[in-house]
Amino acid sequence: MLLLIQYTLIFASVLVLVALGGCFSEHSGVINIGLEGIMVMGALGGALMLKFVPAGVPAIVMILLVILAAVLLGMIYSLLLAVASINFKADQTLVGTALNLLGTAAAVVIVRAINMAESKDNVSSTISYIESKKAFLIRIGGFEFNWFMLIALIALIASYVVLYKTKFGLRLQACGEHPQAADSVGINVYKMRYAGVLISGMLGGLGGIVYITAGVSEWKFENGVAGFGFLALAVMIFGQWKPLNIGAAAVLFGLFRALSNVYTGFPALVALKLPSTVYNMLPYIISLIVLAFTSRKSRAPKAEGIPYDKGQR
Amino acid sequence: MNKNEKKSLLRNGAFQSLIASLACIIIGLLLGYVVLLLINPAGAGNAIVSILKNFMYYPTQVKALQYFGSTLVKTAPLLMCSLSVLFAYKVGLFNIGAAGQYVAGAGACLYCALAFKLPWYVCILAAVLVGAVLAAISGLLKAYCNVNEVISCIMLNWISLYVVNMMLSTVKDPSSPYSLALSSTNPGAIIPSLGLSALFAKNKYVTIALPLSVIVAIIVWIILEKTKLGYELKATGMNKQAAKYCGMREKYNIILTMIISGALAGMGAAFFYLTGVEQWAVTQTSVPGMGFNGIAAAFLGGLNPVGTIFSSYFIQHITSGGAYVDKSMYCSQISDLISALIIYLCGFVFFFKLWLNRLLDKRDEKRMMKERKGGEA
Repeated sequence: MLLLIQYTLIFASVLVLVALGGCFSEHSGVINIGLEGIMVMGALGGALMLKFVPAGVPAIVMILLVILAAVLLGMIYSLLLAVASINFKADQTLVGTALNLLGTAAAVVIVRAINMAESKDNVSSTISYIESKKAFLIRIGGFEFNWFMLIALIALIASYVVLYKTKFGLRLQACGEHPQAADSVGINVYKMRYAGVLISGMLGGLGGIVYITAGVSEWKFENGVAGFGFLALAVMIFGQWKPLNIGAAAVLFGLFRALSNVYTGFPALVALKLPSTVYNMLPYIISLIVLAFTSRKSRAPKAEGIPYDKGQR
Repeated sequence: MNKNEKKSLLRNGAFQSLIASLACIIIGLLLGYVVLLLINPAGAGNAIVSILKNFMYYPTQVKALQYFGSTLVKTAPLLMCSLSVLFAYKVGLFNIGAAGQYVAGAGACLYCALAFKLPWYVCILAAVLVGAVLAAISGLLKAYCNVNEVISCIMLNWISLYVVNMMLSTVKDPSSPYSLALSSTNPGAIIPSLGLSALFAKNKYVTIALPLSVIVAIIVWIILEKTKLGYELKATGMNKQAAKYCGMREKYNIILTMIISGALAGMGAAFFYLTGVEQWAVTQTSVPGMGFNGIAAAFLGGLNPVGTIFSSYFIQHITSGGAYVDKSMYCSQISDLISALIIYLCGFVFFFKLWLNRLLDKRDEKRMMKERKGGEA
């Protein structure tokens, strides 16, 4: 049971971070389908840091360095989306999809190049970080507390405050609802949208490193992040683009994702004799059902996905 | 205005698309080259050349012809996937689920072939049906529940991957993770070659799937450009409300589009797996890239069914070419990287055309001013 809670919380942390990223980007008016790719890039940055920082450094330094790497790489990568969709008015779905494919391909190429440089025979796309990962974990009895859980909680509260209680947040939302109106009162829509996308890059990258350190100590980059970026988008829609609802939705989805890791620990579930694949499919099936019921009265930002054109009325 | 005024070639939409696509390819390759340089400057030039050479890597003509055939075998499913993406995109839907429909189609045709020992045409039909049904789910969700088709498609991609893995485990080779070989289990399920393989130095995997896929591309073009159905579908894509106002059934059109789109992707899977060139690995943990490459091909082809025939070939050419890079320095995924870059660059095509037209407008304006001045003097 404790294990289930632990996994639920860590997967929920991933979903919260990434879904909040999507939330910021969409409130500014840019659909970020590329979160998956951003996650991969953040994961890559963090994993490389975990790999190359000597294991002797204090835990806090390690944590900060890893987070810094993930966040930076995520932000730089999200710039690709920002430039294309804000300055060049590209189709946001297309560019996002390209980012997803590019993220996985680039990560595989980079990791393989590094692995091959280390030893000629190592052609895998796997990075392992068994030792260095321990910096993030604190054992409390049978429960493995992960610093990322706390960070996700902080991010959740901070997002709520920023979006609803600050000038910046309200302006950001205005740009996603009615950019022309926002522009007319002197808000720089382009700048706001850049901010939205960069924040989503930051949170997405962070989510990526949390995901690949959740429950495993090595990651094969050929798998990307297995659709988790899209699950996060589903969480965001289920949460109706509101941070607190997103938090609740993330815990629900995290629970279903966690089941596939730990269902063997529950005699009742084992007795059902379902193949393990069913549990792997569960989060995706649930999200489809949930989306079917919640998308109807969607509270999506009105201007999302539409490139801002100053000349347009 | 003089209506007979000869339009400049640059004004031609098709020509603009062609230039834009070529620019995407060249910039994409250049960026790929830079990445290779960063990894290992010594072999970058050779690597990019071997990606572009693909089958021409082999010195003898027979071998080269055979591997040319192999590239074409994989082009057929890619073309189908890109048609699937293109068809949906014309109606305003982004069918990223082509990958999942492809997986579902693969599962259906292989299961029919291996478990029920059905002949090839029935297997193709099964793949088409299953692909269509899967896509119809996304269509229904979009039409009636307002679910973003991209997200529902991605979810279905993963679901179908898991289901197909589970299903095909029942017909797999006991000693390997692959599904049973068609040639030994059910030769009747292999798409006939009708002498085509003789053209490619007896590459037995070259089948009538190849010409069939080209025919389908032309049919798609006819449907989209020359029929009432195509017109209605495109109108729905441009403005759902306006289409509804004109008496078109917009919900029906969305679902129908997804069904056709899914059928195309499913057929693509049949065109690949029923040639026997590859078996399905039931341990796969990621969705095959064919559907995603289809997106690249669709956009690179300027969203024109005939254009995609060539762009599909090009994408498959560099994807296959990736296998020939020097493995001691690089990995074959470098070609995935290049095709992903190309998709990204395709996002800029719209802006490029806008810019080009504006440039041409300015030039024409200047010339007109000059002419007018000349007339006055």
